[in-house]
Amino acid sequence: MISSLTQAERGAAMLITLAGMVAGLAMAAAGQGDPMGAHGWIVLIFFALFFGLLARAAYGTDEPEDRGLAYYDDPTKVGILIALAWAVIAMGMGVWVAAQLAWPDLRFDAAWSGFGRLRPVHTSGVIFGFGGNALIATSFHIMQRTSRARMPGQVAPWFVLFGFNLFCIIAASGYLMGVTQSKEYAEPEWYADIWLVIVWVVYFTLYIRTLARRREPHIYVANWYYLAFILVVAVLHIVNNLAVPAAWTGAKSYSAFSGVQDAMTQWWYGHNAVAFFLTSGFLGMLYYFLPKRAERPIYSYRLSILSFWGITFFYIWAGSHHLHYTALPHWVQTLGMTFSVMLLVPSWASAGNALMTLNGAWQKVRDDATLRFMMVAAVFYGLSTFEGSFMAIRPVNGLSHYTDWTIGHVHAGAMGWVALITFGSIYALVPGLWRRETMYSWKAVEWHFWLALAGTVIYVFAMWNSGIIQGLMWRTYGESGTLRYSFTDSLVAMHPYYVARAFGGLLFVTGAIIGAWNVVMTIRHVPHQVPARDHPTTSETMEPALPAAE
Amino acid sequence: MSVLAFLIPVTLAMGAIGLAAFFWSLRNGQYEDLSGDAERILFDAQDRPLIPKRASPRRDTISKETTT
Repeated sequence: MISSLTQAERGAAMLITLAGMVAGLAMAAAGQGDPMGAHGWIVLIFFALFFGLLARAAYGTDEPEDRGLAYYDDPTKVGILIALAWAVIAMGMGVWVAAQLAWPDLRFDAAWSGFGRLRPVHTSGVIFGFGGNALIATSFHIMQRTSRARMPGQVAPWFVLFGFNLFCIIAASGYLMGVTQSKEYAEPEWYADIWLVIVWVVYFTLYIRTLARRREPHIYVANWYYLAFILVVAVLHIVNNLAVPAAWTGAKSYSAFSGVQDAMTQWWYGHNAVAFFLTSGFLGMLYYFLPKRAERPIYSYRLSILSFWGITFFYIWAGSHHLHYTALPHWVQTLGMTFSVMLLVPSWASAGNALMTLNGAWQKVRDDATLRFMMVAAVFYGLSTFEGSFMAIRPVNGLSHYTDWTIGHVHAGAMGWVALITFGSIYALVPGLWRRETMYSWKAVEWHFWLALAGTVIYVFAMWNSGIIQGLMWRTYGESGTLRYSFTDSLVAMHPYYVARAFGGLLFVTGAIIGAWNVVMTIRHVPHQVPARDHPTTSETMEPALPAAE
Repeated sequence: MSVLAFLIPVTLAMGAIGLAAFFWSLRNGQYEDLSGDAERILFDAQDRPLIPKRASPRRDTISKETTT
């Protein structure tokens, strides 16, 4: 892969890795005796590895390809493999922490393996490691295809991909060492946050520069979803992470906000992380890969654009529904609740649009597990956005808040929607990207689909039951007006559901492992194919799939 | 709740950026052929960038300029 870089690009890449090594060394020197010092060494080793690779190839063979003739797909390929690796690691962590809740002894008495440290490894690992890498990889693919233009340059995409993964590594290793600023989904400390801003600015400019080179006058709707994801996440990330380091030589920092002010900022960020990280970008995936795989244009393209602008303008106001019945002013809670209910309209517009696109192609959904992944993802998107609007209503939230219902809701979205659309997109993408005839095993795709669906359903039902039981037990009063159940009583009641949850998660991660294996086997063992199309021309069932219109 | 005096303007500014982008897309003629736009992504059998008619594809090779 390095051989396709020009000498100038290799030089630029080496300068960047050198600068990274210097920064890592400075962190290691300044942060001696602090977790920041350990992070310095990680940064140093990370950049040194890439420096070594580049140096070895510095005067090696130069095989410039004709850049006008092909899209630049190497970063997409690597990004997909990294995303699958994160999926296996982070979902495995999820099963471990779920099992810890059912059987606390599984902590094995170490400091690093406590629930409080492993849980953010799971959440950041799946959201940023798996989801983020999948978003970056698919966005590189989609922005080039829909623009009919190649990315400018070959350094920026690698910088974005590997830079983002350095952030993920610093985040996960930091949690294990106890480094956290205690903001949900924004736990990494100040130096990791600053690094992510740099990576993100490069990502945004890369996207805009590619769009500026487009040969196709229209900007396809998927690009708008990806752009909203990149831009809004940048602003949210910067505002929520405003903090003052306790010292430049340590990881600890203090937030610029305090008390309920901090909580409001956190959930303004947190809910929009769900909106623009876990929804907007994945809708971009849906709007590209679902029509491609079904070989039908989206049912109503007009509606897809309307729902984009609806989501963009509504979502940002919904965050305060996380703070019902708190010190937050009542009108701010009501504002968040109102916008949350309004959000149902653009959300269901997207889910319905996806399902209507498949209307008339149900035989493909039946035969093709890849398309079925996307179909079920759209169903779960519709379900979890309905549930979300419902739970944001204040009295409902009075029952659901602080219970496992919230966990069930998040996982209906994260497993049922985000992970399934990602796996579907990966299966749609991999054979075409590596110029293979088909996936290595279509049976494995079927196994993955049913394991993922069963795991999600078991997980979500377990948490619904557990959450509602918890909520009801906490608000049951005896005749004398005292609480009927102690907190321990509710813990005992939750135990069977926690066992079921861990089992559901185990099924889900087993599916992910099968998927990762299938992708690797496809790359290694399936024969090459002269590319006829952007994606396989026949589905796994060998039905003719080329549309007559072509 | 002084933070609202900060968060609400930030949010409104983001909305204004969105609105500006929307008006740009309107004036740019992005919505003039919606059914064609939806279908064109399905037809890229060659899976490679479009090359402008007048320029020869060789012109895009950067390596020739840099490796001399």
